Amino acid sequence: MKTRVKKIIDKYHADKGFLVPILQDVQKEYNYLNREALNLVSAFLEVPISQLYELGTFYKAFSLEPRGRHEMKLCTGTACHVRGVPLIKDNIERILQIQAGETTPDLEFTFETVNCLGACALGPILVVDGEYHGNLSISRTNRILKKLGKKVKIDEES
Amino acid sequence: MKKVKTAQELKRLQEEIKNSRDPEKPCITICAGTGCLTYGSQKLVDNFRAEIEKQNLKGKVEVRASGCHGFCERGPLVVINPQNIFYQRVGLDDAEEIIKETVLNGQIIDRLLYVDPVIQEKILHENEIPFYKRQMRLVFGMNGNIDPNSLEDYLAIGGYSALIKVLNGMEPEAIIEEIKTAGLRGRGGGGFSMGLKWEATRKAPGLPKYIICNADEGDPGAYMDRSLLEGNPYSILEGMLIGAYAIGSNTGYIYVRNEYPLAVKNITIAVDKARELGILGKDILGSGFDFDVLIVRGGGAFVCGEETALISSIEGRSGEPRAKYVFPSERGLYNKPTNINNVETWANVPFIINKGAQWYRSIGTENSKGTKIFALVGKINNTGLVEVPMGITLREIVYDIGGGIPKGRKFKAVQVGGPSGGCIPESHLDLQVDFDALSKVGSMMGSGGMIVMDDRTCMVDVALYFLKFLEEESCGKCTPCREGVHQMRLILERITQGNGKKEDLKTIEWMGKAIIDGSLCGLGGTAPNPVLSTLRYFRDEYEAHIKEKRCPAGVCKALITYTIDPELCTGCMVCAKICPVEAATGEKKEVHTIDQDKCIKCGACFESCKFDAVKVS
Repeated sequence: MKTRVKKIIDKYHADKGFLVPILQDVQKEYNYLNREALNLVSAFLEVPISQLYELGTFYKAFSLEPRGRHEMKLCTGTACHVRGVPLIKDNIERILQIQAGETTPDLEFTFETVNCLGACALGPILVVDGEYHGNLSISRTNRILKKLGKKVKIDEES
Repeated sequence: MKKVKTAQELKRLQEEIKNSRDPEKPCITICAGTGCLTYGSQKLVDNFRAEIEKQNLKGKVEVRASGCHGFCERGPLVVINPQNIFYQRVGLDDAEEIIKETVLNGQIIDRLLYVDPVIQEKILHENEIPFYKRQMRLVFGMNGNIDPNSLEDYLAIGGYSALIKVLNGMEPEAIIEEIKTAGLRGRGGGGFSMGLKWEATRKAPGLPKYIICNADEGDPGAYMDRSLLEGNPYSILEGMLIGAYAIGSNTGYIYVRNEYPLAVKNITIAVDKARELGILGKDILGSGFDFDVLIVRGGGAFVCGEETALISSIEGRSGEPRAKYVFPSERGLYNKPTNINNVETWANVPFIINKGAQWYRSIGTENSKGTKIFALVGKINNTGLVEVPMGITLREIVYDIGGGIPKGRKFKAVQVGGPSGGCIPESHLDLQVDFDALSKVGSMMGSGGMIVMDDRTCMVDVALYFLKFLEEESCGKCTPCREGVHQMRLILERITQGNGKKEDLKTIEWMGKAIIDGSLCGLGGTAPNPVLSTLRYFRDEYEAHIKEKRCPAGVCKALITYTIDPELCTGCMVCAKICPVEAATGEKKEVHTIDQDKCIKCGACFESCKFDAVKVS
């Protein structure tokens, strides 16, 4: 792990002004900000670990928990909101039995909301593992979740 | 590309590229903005390229993946030039047919043409479509003409002419005067005069001076800055170069949302190419002027769009604003004079330099000059990005450009300016849109999000939505915003749950005013706007929630029930099949019912009933 973290830090010439991008890269490497990696960043750059936690908890992009195998991001921008996203959100939360922002205990799904993906014409939008699903409805969401192995009641004919 | 060493050389290169291009050569332009990419347009680009290869047309037909054209509703979009033929909703497999029929044989493919929903007629050319025709696509219009990764394309349409003009002997003071005279105001929300900001930064003591392009577009429902960064990053760089030269800065930053991967990629490529050509770096075009740009990716915090929070974020700290007793123009980044402007504002600069302040002043209203790009979204037929001259009426935007409300429903309000703005009701539809007129009716220009709402939108719910958003995004530094927005949210939540009290509305009103007066930065200072404006124009809806425990729009879960209309129900059993809690039941071909004790109001039956038999009340 030491060399991997060192490599990231070197990319930014060990400049403390680049803490946010450094943590972004660490998160990309390990899928979340794990304690060990943060300790290393702290030691290499000689910044207190508390400062890293301040950034880690302030910015939405960071996660201090391991993330699930499938990443689901539901757009909750204003356009999607008025087009009925709240019901879809409730539906996903009910099926996955977690709240937005959480990961299922089996580490299969991380479900979170995002503040506008800027593809408002297709709203509501759900991004599953980087793939966009637009013009979402409750039944379309159910079909997506069923494909990913969840038990969901769907109407086969429609 | 070979490095150019003087302004003359760059001018010559520009001419060379322009002359080497044959305007009559067929060119297939595919929109590859984020909206169209979501429809799969990258695949379409690949298919076109493969088809060109297959039919041995390489060099004879050009394929260009361009930035966003704005008409996201009808994507994927393809424009065939020189004829300006516009195809919409193009299928991923249509590439072969388009090349064979249209490009080679000049035949129009009927099914891909746009049908005007009002006159029910097919329209052939892009520039004749009402959505485009009523716009004034000054800044945004170039997107369709260039491949965002091709500096040659930008030069071919006369790009960097303004830079050449500036470095050919325009004095910094004269540039600032020109921008001031033009009356360009900040497009990021504040609406402050760009020229005055430049002047203040130039005059402020202290070196080095910094300039920043604010591309932290966090407003949920606005995406014009992203589309500019993705589609035409060079114009933003050109604006920054001119600004840096006028201000006397050698370092610029572009602070861009990390949630915009394509924008990050395209602006990075643009910066690299500009460096390669010698437009960024040391002794630019032999003028002795040094300037370079760093790209910083944001961490996903809305408040970082506020300039002092943004500065704090670039310095590697959490993005908390500070009180602006001293403006960033005097003490900004690393306590040095700093000029921050938003993406769209920077992109306006080359036009003013090229065509002159007087020309720019001829567009717009008394105190708001030029054009503004709006994201027209929500319950609207033509979703997309529209660029209009200041002073156009809301009605023209919603009905003439936007094509009105889908499914023949009734217009209720348009929310302008995102979480800092306000809802504007039908009675103000003839309002001429500019900075001052919007403020007068309790809204604001903000970043230019325009969310259209119909009679199925609950205004209390919308206000609550923005409060939730702002509560989450409040950095927590000052109490009025951190606690005030939180308390307001609790009250509104109570109202939507049917537990509102008579005195609640009064409480919200004075609280809103206190938050506006007491907050440290613009986020808190404008946070109550969505609530106060909906309260101003839709008080009856609030009262219906409180007094009658009723949500007129049928949105607030606690106040609605789903029932089945026995007249309309055919007994098709769809609702019973999908109901997750077995509340909807019934035998085949018999009227179904919903057990209210079991119903969790998930809305699945309402959505899936093909006979509109499920009613919300």
